[in-house]
Amino acid sequence: MKNTTNPSVIVIQNAKKSFGSNEVMKDVSFELNKQENLVILGKSGSGKSVLIKCIVRLLKADSGSIQVFEQDINSASKEELNTIRKKIGFLFQSGALYDSMTVKENLEFPLRRFKKDLSEEEITKKIATALENVGLTDVLNKMPSELSGGMRKRISLARTIIVDPEIMLYDEPTTGLDPVTALEISDLINTVKQKYKTSSIIITHDMECVRTVADRIIMIKDGYVYQEGSLSDFENSTDAYIESFFTTKKI
Amino acid sequence: MKSYAKKTTIRLSDTSIQKVSKLKQNAIDAADAFLFTKQVVKNTFSKDFEFKEFLKQCYLIGNKSLGLIGVTGLIIGLVLTIQSRPVLVKFGAVNMLPSMVAISLIREMGPVITALICAGKIGSSMGAELGSMRVTEQIDALEVSSANPIKYLIVPRVLAATFMIPLLSIFADTMGILGSWAGANIKGELNFVLFISQAFGTVTFLDFFPAIIKSFFFGAVIGLVGCYKGYSAGRGTESVGIAANTAVVTASFFVILVDLIAVQITDLFQ
Repeated sequence: MKNTTNPSVIVIQNAKKSFGSNEVMKDVSFELNKQENLVILGKSGSGKSVLIKCIVRLLKADSGSIQVFEQDINSASKEELNTIRKKIGFLFQSGALYDSMTVKENLEFPLRRFKKDLSEEEITKKIATALENVGLTDVLNKMPSELSGGMRKRISLARTIIVDPEIMLYDEPTTGLDPVTALEISDLINTVKQKYKTSSIIITHDMECVRTVADRIIMIKDGYVYQEGSLSDFENSTDAYIESFFTTKKI
Repeated sequence: MKSYAKKTTIRLSDTSIQKVSKLKQNAIDAADAFLFTKQVVKNTFSKDFEFKEFLKQCYLIGNKSLGLIGVTGLIIGLVLTIQSRPVLVKFGAVNMLPSMVAISLIREMGPVITALICAGKIGSSMGAELGSMRVTEQIDALEVSSANPIKYLIVPRVLAATFMIPLLSIFADTMGILGSWAGANIKGELNFVLFISQAFGTVTFLDFFPAIIKSFFFGAVIGLVGCYKGYSAGRGTESVGIAANTAVVTASFFVILVDLIAVQITDLFQ
């Protein structure tokens, strides 16, 4: 049901996606409300990354409807798709910084494409602000290969927020990072939400990240939405499958 | 006995299925490569050409290959002269040496050797670079940024290869002729001006022009194959190696194939 006080920016209904005979997404339906952090949980291979790639049509859902800002993404024309994509920031699992460009060029790239009317002075100012927001200011002329994993994630986040997106999609933002850096990235997700008023979908296995950022959680299992609720709903759940995520077992 | 027959039938049946599915996969790959080429051509003639990226690729392909192409051309000219000289001396036709080497270099050796070196150097580099960009989601990041990866990554590379390989071929020809002059002077003394006048005395427009035209096709083929293999690479890291490797093998094969077609077409006009 649509929440009228907090309207949905993404509405997914009965989305399905297969790769050959492998049905990854069998029937997924949910909504992302405005200015909310929605965490999607699930085992590896449960179709979480496929799902957010379908939202930006990097992959096309086989059936069902995926509406972003009330526009059906599957039937959108190339121009409509570009307009929608301009409002979406996507933080890739690997960071996906362009290896052949310096940090400055990486940050300039989306600006020069999305905001062609900006002057050089405005571009410099926007880059400085974005870097300041992710807590890195002295890496402008470095190449991505010279940065640590955490720094790459921060620069990647800066490149994403520099165009003021309305929706943020985070694909395992803390994977491969040490616990301290992971927590810093989780805090950054909250900072981005507050400063840029973004609505976000966060895919993660990191339970600390879930506890830090989640307004609402969706659990995906075997290609279906298994459970939906708040952090406390999940933490107090007696379901064995959900418990296996929220209980840290010591070996 | 009965069970053996049954097993054999199953094995044959499996092989047939494998053959059919391999054929089907090859047909899908061919169709995919055709659609990719169509996209590249379409984007080449659309607006907002990535000129800066094109110049960068020209520099990487052209300037960075100069040394290798130059040295190879020089050695080929030298070797060709040293190998041919005894035979020509035997037939009393040593005066034909400069023109023979020049025609061999301009018509065939220069363009083909340049293209094969570039298939190895540039084809593998494009395959590995784009494959690595695919694996690390950089191509996906471009798409999400509403940048057209074909226009931004592929078109500049294919065009740069198309325009740089003819220039590199001319450079290889020049170095080869210099190498030939050096070779001619090992066992004799031949004035440079006389060598050049003998070398180009018999070279006609029909020797030079088709060679340059086919070099453009060599460049286009190397660029397209290298980019296609990298762009369509799988998600795992091993696919980067596979992309680089298959780019070299396929591009080299297509260079030879284009050469064969070009020779047949040129032959019609001679």
